[in-house]
Amino acid sequence: MQRRNLTPLVLMSGPSVWLAIFFVAPLILMAIFSLRPDMRGALFSLDWTPTLKHYETIVEGEVYLPLLLVSVRVAFSVAFFATLLAYPLAYFLVFRTGLRAPLLLTLLILPFWTSYLLRIIAWKIILGTGGVINSLLMFLGLVDAPVPILLYSRLAVVITLVYVWLPFVALPIYAALQRIDRSLLEAATILGAPPWFSFLRVTLPLSMPGVIAGFVMVFIPTVGEFVTPILVGGSRGALYGNIVELFFGDGINWPLGSAMALIMLIGVLVLFAVAVRLVDVRRFIG
Amino acid sequence: MQRRPGVLAGYYLLLLVLLYLPIGVLTLFSFNEGVVLAFPLQGLTGHWYRDMLQNAELMEALRSSAIVAISSSLLATALGTLAGVGLLRFKFRGKALFLSLAVMPLLVPFLILAVALLILFAALDITRSLWTVAAGHTVVSLPYTLLVIMARLVGFDPHLEEAAQDLGASYSYTLRRVILPLIAPALLAAWLVAFTVSFDEFVLASFLIGRTPTLPVYLFGQLRFANRFPQVVALAIVVMVVSLTLVVLAEWLQRVGSAASLSRRVGEPEAATLPAGAAST
Repeated sequence: MQRRNLTPLVLMSGPSVWLAIFFVAPLILMAIFSLRPDMRGALFSLDWTPTLKHYETIVEGEVYLPLLLVSVRVAFSVAFFATLLAYPLAYFLVFRTGLRAPLLLTLLILPFWTSYLLRIIAWKIILGTGGVINSLLMFLGLVDAPVPILLYSRLAVVITLVYVWLPFVALPIYAALQRIDRSLLEAATILGAPPWFSFLRVTLPLSMPGVIAGFVMVFIPTVGEFVTPILVGGSRGALYGNIVELFFGDGINWPLGSAMALIMLIGVLVLFAVAVRLVDVRRFIG
Repeated sequence: MQRRPGVLAGYYLLLLVLLYLPIGVLTLFSFNEGVVLAFPLQGLTGHWYRDMLQNAELMEALRSSAIVAISSSLLATALGTLAGVGLLRFKFRGKALFLSLAVMPLLVPFLILAVALLILFAALDITRSLWTVAAGHTVVSLPYTLLVIMARLVGFDPHLEEAAQDLGASYSYTLRRVILPLIAPALLAAWLVAFTVSFDEFVLASFLIGRTPTLPVYLFGQLRFANRFPQVVALAIVVMVVSLTLVVLAEWLQRVGSAASLSRRVGEPEAATLPAGAAST
C-alpha cells in the first residue's frame, strides 16, 4: 500500500484543513485574545501591547478562582455519583443478563438521546415549589403548603446533572467489564475466594479503565456547564461557566472571558493527561 | 455467578423508572388542558400540538435546525470517511497527531469551543448565521462519525481494495465502487448520529447563531413565557420521538452491518440468525 504517496494527502487534506480552521485556529486566537488590554481596535490589528492584566484580575479577584474551584467540586461530585450509580447497572448487564444485555443497555442509554434541555426542564418542573412533587403532595392532602424543596441551589444542579449523565457513564464501564476474562473469576472462585473478595480483587481493578473513562467523560463537560445553573441553579447556583458566558454576552469583555476560558481549558487538559497516565484511553476510542 | 440476581435487577428497574419518569411526566403534561404544569391534571387535550403546528416562529426554528443538522452531518460524515480511510489504509507522518486532534473536540468543554469560534468569526468579520452554527457542529460531530466509520473499516479485509487495484482500478474508482458500498451501513449510522448531535446542540448554537434561532435556542428563549410552555414541551416531545427513532435506526444499522460482514466472512447464509450480542463490537 506504499506506492501512492499522494492519495493519503488528498484524503486527509479536507479533514485537516477543516480542523485547522474551525478548531485549532479559534483556540489559538482565543489565547492571543486573552493578552489584549481591551476590545478597542480591529480584532486582527496588532497595535496593542500584550498584557497579563486579565490573568492578574482572575488570580487576585475574590470571585473567579473560588468559583472555578466550586465548578471543579461540582463536576467531581457529578462525575463521582454518576459513576457510582452507573457501576452496578453495568455490572448487572454484563454478568446477569446474558444475551439480552445489548437490548437492556440500549434501553438504558435511550434517555441520553432525548433533548438535553428537555431533561433539565423536566427536573425544574419536578423539583419546583409549584412543581410536580409539591402539587402532587398537596393534591393528595399530605401537606398544606408547598414544601420548599431543592430548586435553585447547587444541589439541584448536581442532582440534575447526575441524572443527565448517568446512562452515558454506564457505557465505558460496560465495555470494560465485558473485556474481563471470565476464567479469572472462575479461578478466584476455585481457589476459595468469596464473591465479594473476587469482586474487590479481580473485577473492580480490571474494570478501572472503564470507570476512569466514564468519570472523565462526565467531568469535562460538567466543568464548563452554564445552562443547567441558569435553569435550576438560580442566583445561588451560578458556576464558573456562567461568568465566562456573561463576559461574552451582556457584560462584554472578551479578553477577560478568553483568559478565563483558557485557564479552564488548561485545567481540563491537565486532568485528562493525568487520566491517560492512569489508563490507556486509546483502547476506548480506537 | 447467578447468586442474588434480584437485588441488581431491582436496582436496574428502579433506575430505569427514574430515568424515564421525568420524560413521562413531561409527555403527560403536553396533553394537559391547563397551562400550569402542576397536578391535578386539568383534562386531556391535543391542542398544544395543534398550536405548535400553527406557530410560525416555531416552524421556522424547526426548519433552521433541519438545515444546520443536515448540512453539518453530511459534511462531518464526508470528512470522517475521508479521514477514516486515510488513517486506516495508509501510512504517513502525523497520523497520531491527526487522530488525537480529531477526537479532541470531545475533550474541550463546548462553552470554550463556542467562545473561541465566536472570536474567530468576529475576527474574520463573518456575520453569524445558520452556517456558522453548522461549521461548529461539524467540528463536534467529526469525532463521532470518524469513530463509527473507523470501527467499520477495521472490520473488513483490505485485500478487497488491493484486488480491485491489481485489476487496474484507480484509487478513486476503488473508493467509490468497493470501499463506500462496503461501509454503507456505517456511513448511514455515522450520519444519523451526527444529525442527532447537531439537532439537539444548544451551547455552540446559542453563541454562533444569527437572527433565526435553531430549535434548542428557540426553546430556551421560550422558557420565560409560561403560557407558551406546554407548546414548547409538545414540540420537545415530537423532537424526542424523532431523535429516538434515528438513534435506534443507527444502532440497528451498525449491528446489521457488522453482522452481515461477519456472516459473509464465515460463509453463513443469513445474518439474522446471529444472536444480537454476537454482532456488537
